[in-house]
Amino acid sequence: MAAPLSLRIGAECPVTRARLCRLRLPHQALHTPVFMPVGTQGTLKGIAVPQLEALGCHICLGNTYHLGMRPGPDLIAKANGLHGFMNWRRALLTDSGGFQMVSLVELAEVTEEGVRFCSPYDGEEILLSPEKSIEIQNALGSDIMMQLDDVVSSTVTGPRVEEAMYRSIRWLDRCIAANKNPEKQNLFAIIQGGLDAELRTKCLKEMIKRDIPGFAIGGLSGGEEKDHFWRMVMLSTEYLPRDKPRYLMGVGYATDLVVCVALGCDMFDCVFPTRTARFGSALVPWGSLQLKHRQYAKDFKPIDEECTCPTCKRYTRAYLHALFKSDTAALHHITIHNIAYQLNLMSSIRESIQQRRFPEFIQQFMKRMYGSADKYPRWAVDALSAVNVKLE
Amino acid sequence: MKLIFSSVVNGCRHGKLIEVGRKGSKSLDIPGCLLYTRTGTAPHLTHDTLSLIEGVPEPVHLTLSTLAEHHEVLEEYKEGIGKFIGMPDSLIYCAQNDPASPCPSGYNTNKTVSVWGGGGRIELTLTKFMAIQQAFKPDWYHCMADGEPLPPGSSRKRINKSVDRTLGFLDECLKVHQNSEVLKDAEIIGVIEGGDILEERLRSARETMKRPVGGFLLDGLQGESMTDDLKLDLISSVTGELPVDKPRLIHGIGKPDEVLECVSRGVDLFEGFFPYQVTEQGKALSFNFKYKVDPEAEEKSLAVPLHQVQDQQLSSTCTSVTHEQCEKNHIFAMLHRNGSGDNDISSKTSDCDGKVKAFSIDLKNEQFRDDFSPLVEGCPCYCCKNHTRAYLYHLLLTNELLAGVLLMIHNLHHYFAFFQSIRNALKDGHLKDLKELIAKQKV
Repeated sequence: MAAPLSLRIGAECPVTRARLCRLRLPHQALHTPVFMPVGTQGTLKGIAVPQLEALGCHICLGNTYHLGMRPGPDLIAKANGLHGFMNWRRALLTDSGGFQMVSLVELAEVTEEGVRFCSPYDGEEILLSPEKSIEIQNALGSDIMMQLDDVVSSTVTGPRVEEAMYRSIRWLDRCIAANKNPEKQNLFAIIQGGLDAELRTKCLKEMIKRDIPGFAIGGLSGGEEKDHFWRMVMLSTEYLPRDKPRYLMGVGYATDLVVCVALGCDMFDCVFPTRTARFGSALVPWGSLQLKHRQYAKDFKPIDEECTCPTCKRYTRAYLHALFKSDTAALHHITIHNIAYQLNLMSSIRESIQQRRFPEFIQQFMKRMYGSADKYPRWAVDALSAVNVKLE
Repeated sequence: MKLIFSSVVNGCRHGKLIEVGRKGSKSLDIPGCLLYTRTGTAPHLTHDTLSLIEGVPEPVHLTLSTLAEHHEVLEEYKEGIGKFIGMPDSLIYCAQNDPASPCPSGYNTNKTVSVWGGGGRIELTLTKFMAIQQAFKPDWYHCMADGEPLPPGSSRKRINKSVDRTLGFLDECLKVHQNSEVLKDAEIIGVIEGGDILEERLRSARETMKRPVGGFLLDGLQGESMTDDLKLDLISSVTGELPVDKPRLIHGIGKPDEVLECVSRGVDLFEGFFPYQVTEQGKALSFNFKYKVDPEAEEKSLAVPLHQVQDQQLSSTCTSVTHEQCEKNHIFAMLHRNGSGDNDISSKTSDCDGKVKAFSIDLKNEQFRDDFSPLVEGCPCYCCKNHTRAYLYHLLLTNELLAGVLLMIHNLHHYFAFFQSIRNALKDGHLKDLKELIAKQKV
């Protein structure tokens, strides 16, 4: 029987660590590097399936914590999994619920057993263990499931970081054992260790011993210093096997995507582009437009004159500005554009890797985004330099 | 434009309007409804999601309530409202008041009318009104009108004023219209007022008919000030006066039973806001409009689900409300439209005490939690072919934006198909059957 995941490297950048791969999953084959939009509660806020398909999205995320609460795994199982429930035929990735535990829930208590917390809906006490998380994800039927990890904020230091790292390894093994669907669903490990190179290295060496189809780099993208962030990413791709996908969790700002592709990451997710859209912020190659602002009231250009998304083909900034206070459709227009922006960015990245001009692409991208070299963020300059790209 | 009849039976008109629009290239079927918009958008829908719906009618119905505040922008834009809202090829009908938002009374004067937009009250003089029309460049628009809802027992004097003012506005609009290069191919619709007084209604109709208008709007019938019977009698009397060869529009009528009563009384075009109101309640239109002659088939099609929610009557849209209440509703509505996507559809009210009568199912009802059937069995719309009641229940419970999108798609589809069934019924001579079928589902 075919493994539920295969990765074939199509091209490798001779300068950086970037690679173009073909990733085959049970519901969909797609190319990496890939950005995965987040559809938390079984829907990408306000966007219908045909619209998402038309944008070229091949994989998106569902959230185990939210869906585990409402509507719950039993109902979703009855609906033929999350694919059936939301009527999405392409690939789905579900996270474990671990991150929400810690970020959303007051008084969540982490023990060796799992994460204990009170349901915000009915006050009942719930234990999210590795076994429970996998049970829910098995019911969801996603192409890729994430292990339950002991999530610790990247700004935390001290023994807690080490404890969490070792526990995540133990929980990985429990998740592997609990997976009732290994032929149809891929379980990814999540590398922890905070910003401590030693801990992270230990974690890497341990986790790659397990026979799993893919690895995520976790515990970053949480507000830590970018200077530490990129070094941990680079350390991780140093050790992670070449022939398995590397998923950098929670990264989605354009510059971060470009740099982390150069550092060797293949898959990314982030709520930022879709969330910021609902606040009226449209992403463009030179930054973002706050369409709520009065300066756009009489601006009759599209968001981006070079963008071919459905929003830019038909609507002006002025109209979106006018519509914003009046109807939810404004949010949808901007969401569509922002997803298109992200997916087009990744598509351009892939094309440039294919054509062996990724370093040139990086130069052009940075120039367009920041205008002049003195505005380039220090951390990006350093990170790119570490993979042999000297920004001009 | 020209009206071509397929049939006129007992005052029920069935046919086509042809050579419609500034380019004279469009046609529309009557009886029909308009595509309701807010700030130029079918609520919740983008061009692509609107395209998922079959049978979307023209014209597109715009309102000054939702657009007048952007007048300056349109003047600078210069290319007309159709292109601005992303519908450059559509027939555009520009009306004054939004049927789904309350419109307080007491603000119109001899020289001005007020509309209520997102930013509060906007006062329109004739000059401004016509300046807006020239900036917008619609295909149809109705003349400035004093149609604010009058409380029950309004004095004859006040009603008399509404007729006089509106006629005066019509004449002034026509003057500007006839001298305007930009509006020369547009049609101006005359507005018939008169409150609840037959004499005044007839006077308004007879006078308006004398002017060179492209059609007639029966206005001022929104509101609580008259009984249904009186309303319908007035409508009959007015349409009885009007020339047969021009279309008759009505504002404020949206429920299926009321639509049919008005079709029987010679009305041609209706606003399409009812599906939007249903959507905002988290409900899906489910009424059966498949009239059948065969009794067996009729049995099956009449199987009204037991769980169908018996709600109170949806009160008419433009009721007499206080200024404060109206402001509160605007703020209420805006608070629920924050940018974080937490659009609380189920509690939003776009009219003051709206509850939809039983022509719909309430998808927030827990019984739908694990109901994997489509919203309406046999409905060919995008929503019913691709999604389930259980999914909609989940989306509504979790306050997800997609609920509004999917419900709007289904509700518009259902409503447009209802109008097609009206036209079919007229063609087949079965309007009575359709009326009975709808009446049975009313309570």
